[in-house]
Amino acid sequence: MVKVNGTELDIAGKTLTEYLATTNYDMKRIAVERNGDIVPKAQYGETVLQDGDSLEVVSFVGGG
Amino acid sequence: MMLPTKEEWIKALKERHGKELQQAFSSATVAICGLGGLGSNIAIHLARAGIGKLILCDFDRVDITNLHRQQYKASQIGMYKTDALADNLREINPYIELETHTEHIAEENAVTLLQGVDIICEAFDDAECKAMLTEIVLTEMRDKYLVAASGMAGLHDANSIKTRKVTSKFYL
Repeated sequence: MVKVNGTELDIAGKTLTEYLATTNYDMKRIAVERNGDIVPKAQYGETVLQDGDSLEVVSFVGGG
Repeated sequence: MMLPTKEEWIKALKERHGKELQQAFSSATVAICGLGGLGSNIAIHLARAGIGKLILCDFDRVDITNLHRQQYKASQIGMYKTDALADNLREINPYIELETHTEHIAEENAVTLLQGVDIICEAFDDAECKAMLTEIVLTEMRDKYLVAASGMAGLHDANSIKTRKVTSKFYL
């Protein structure tokens, strides 16, 4: 299981790109943290989610 | 009215913040990316607190519609925000060191512009720019702290504002 923003999901073995494709996130507006480190966008395709991983997807909303 | 000397200024800050904290403030360099409702207010508070050096980044000019929330004056409409804010900050704290960059911050220049800073405040308006800066700072400038904001537009319940520490160097 992989914890995504606090929810356990059965997505171990998928790449980050594959998981994100199943969501409504806008790729240009997110930052993804995996086990304490931000994953560069260029590495989403090669990042394979492992059992026990913890992901935090920060989706930015405009306004400053 | 005579302005206080730098020694008097530092002494007053030390009395308020304690010697150690004030030394940390005085020796810190903070970059503020975006000088709108968030960034201009952040800058004013940091200047008052006695942060040693601020790096102010914004490409835009002061507009009449900014004045209800941003730290500019009617007489500054049309000025670059970097120049106008630098003037206002020096009036508040004559001893602050300032560096201004009147340009867009993008992937190409972010690392160069932000090289010498300790803490980066992300105060852009645009969500894609926020995500871009977050990724660059946290992957290519890993020694720095990032304080970012999301969803701070409009008028809403102040009690819905939340702050949290996302990673060891990333505050949102």
